[in-house]
Amino acid sequence: MLYRTAGQFKTSYEADFALFPVRQDALLLGVILLFAWLIFPLTASDFAFQTLLIPVLIYSLASLGLNLLTGYAGQLSLGTAAFMGVGAYACYKITTIFPGINLLVALALAGFFPAAIGIVFGLPSLRIKGFYLAIATLAAQFFLVWLFEKWAWLYNYNTSGAIQVPNIRMFGVYVAGPQAASITQYYFVLFVVCLITWFSINITRGRIGRIWKAVRDMDIAAELVGINLMRAKLSAFAISSYVAGVSGALFVFLWRGAAEPNLFDVQLSFRILFIAIIGGLGSILGNFLGAILIVALPVVLNWIPGLFGFSIESAVLQHINTMIIGALIIFFLIVEPLGLARLWGIAREKLILWPFPH
Amino acid sequence: MDLAYQILVKPFSDMVSAPDFLMQVLWDGLVSGVLYALIALGFVLIFKSSRIFNFAQGIMVVFAALTLVGFYQAGVPAWLAVLLTLAVMFVLAVAIERVVLRPLVNQPDIILFMATIGITYFLVGFGEFVFGGENKVMITEQLHIPTGTFEFKPFGGFVSISQTDLTAVIGAGILVTVLLVFLSRTKIGRAIRALGDDHQAALSVGISLSMIWVIVWFIAGIIALATGIVWGARAGVSFALEVIAYKALPVLMLGGLESVLGAIVGGLAIGIFEKLFEIYWGQPLLGGNTETWFAFVFALIVLLFRPQGMFGEKIIERV
Repeated sequence: MLYRTAGQFKTSYEADFALFPVRQDALLLGVILLFAWLIFPLTASDFAFQTLLIPVLIYSLASLGLNLLTGYAGQLSLGTAAFMGVGAYACYKITTIFPGINLLVALALAGFFPAAIGIVFGLPSLRIKGFYLAIATLAAQFFLVWLFEKWAWLYNYNTSGAIQVPNIRMFGVYVAGPQAASITQYYFVLFVVCLITWFSINITRGRIGRIWKAVRDMDIAAELVGINLMRAKLSAFAISSYVAGVSGALFVFLWRGAAEPNLFDVQLSFRILFIAIIGGLGSILGNFLGAILIVALPVVLNWIPGLFGFSIESAVLQHINTMIIGALIIFFLIVEPLGLARLWGIAREKLILWPFPH
Repeated sequence: MDLAYQILVKPFSDMVSAPDFLMQVLWDGLVSGVLYALIALGFVLIFKSSRIFNFAQGIMVVFAALTLVGFYQAGVPAWLAVLLTLAVMFVLAVAIERVVLRPLVNQPDIILFMATIGITYFLVGFGEFVFGGENKVMITEQLHIPTGTFEFKPFGGFVSISQTDLTAVIGAGILVTVLLVFLSRTKIGRAIRALGDDHQAALSVGISLSMIWVIVWFIAGIIALATGIVWGARAGVSFALEVIAYKALPVLMLGGLESVLGAIVGGLAIGIFEKLFEIYWGQPLLGGNTETWFAFVFALIVLLFRPQGMFGEKIIERV
């Protein structure tokens, strides 16, 4: 009833390949955007901003970056965190060298550094494939984190070895640093995430996205039909690292406020890979669903024992949480290896037929 | 010019001028290489028989060592504790096969890889929940592992070799020999190799997939226990051991994912080279701690020339 597509006729090619050929999809997105832009910010507490809303958006963006590479272009990467780190450190250097710079400009510029490094570490993908390629990205992961620690110029030679986000004003309002309000930070992150998501949706359904998918499905066959493999793979590495780098800069500048090299360790890479896989590889929506699950899960798990009147030691609770997260990952992989986005796809198909299934 | 001298000449002249120190470095590298090789061996066995890239091998090492120490602390004699730990590893193998692998048969590699990371998380949480997160001491003496050191004086210098390390190297050698004989001579070993070559063909001649998987994961558990005892004797038992699982990845890539021999050679090569690089190049020129990434970069460079690793099966691609 609600999702009936009957009667929505397409009379021109433009209408046929519009972003949302089904009217209800556009409506649903409108409702989600309304919630994201108006209802959440008006109702959320500071705690909700800092533990749920902002991290969900930032993790979604990081996962989106990874998904462009792994889900669309088929190149496995275990080094997302390192590229996020490059983005964060680049943004830090840019804002300290040019103190008056607009943060949006700084973010946009900072993304080019991880993109360049992504291309360098993507070069082996022309020769090495599958799991063997994971080693190239792991090399990036461990080498870059080591570099963040040893290259003192990156953190302006301060003694702690960590970077501290300065207070940054944009149009007279603090957007980053200790003085910024959560709600401004949220709007800033939301704006960047919406912009990059819009860009990604269009890039993945356009020419470049189709080239990537062809390479993912079988690269030799793609080469035979005239796709330049080098350009396809390296562009995937570059764009993916750009997005990951911007998300890393957001991660530090608008959420954590400070960063040590260890923040970008391999655990973070795996966490983002989880988000991408549980959400669904090769799907934009999946990144958001996966991020909601992975970010909200520990919060919910912390909250459950209190609900039943138990009081559990926080260390024990931590251990149980790790266990449950591990078990849930396996559970979701077994239930739907293609991810949460696929679950939504199935539900949507059912809704279109409802109430008259075959 | 000076930099070229620092990189190309000085390290080698250092090596020649202090051969006893070089021998010590080589020995230390060899011992950690043996441990990398043992972990990589667990990976290779599982990869050969099921095409699963088992990330959980590292945590299995920690889990086995913790279980062993836990049993001993509960008042069980050391030899019985080893047997009980083996029983626990067997139960773990059966549980993993039943709960995780069977429902995921025929899924893409990346999904199975993720599932093993799920297992890792579960075991980390479970291990910490049961045994607590603090460091434990391995029951070295109770297992009759000698703990003294041998000291040599070659070239008028001084080299010390701890007996624990020597036991580790010899024990690993025996374990590997037994394993190779098992794989090449026994019926089950042949079945494992057949399964590695072609799942469907192996099934069609009556090899039971689930039984072989349990056996393979159990063998990986035994290797994990051996690794846990050896590593625990050197550095104590803690969840920090988990990081050596990451080291096993470049070892595998270097040796080739399917090759038992490759795992051993790759492990030893990486153990020795990373130590040499750290001592002679890393510390004087790069500020040290290069061991965190050297193995990966080294494996990457080798892979650029041989994309299937040193001993891997040649990758033939068809459209």
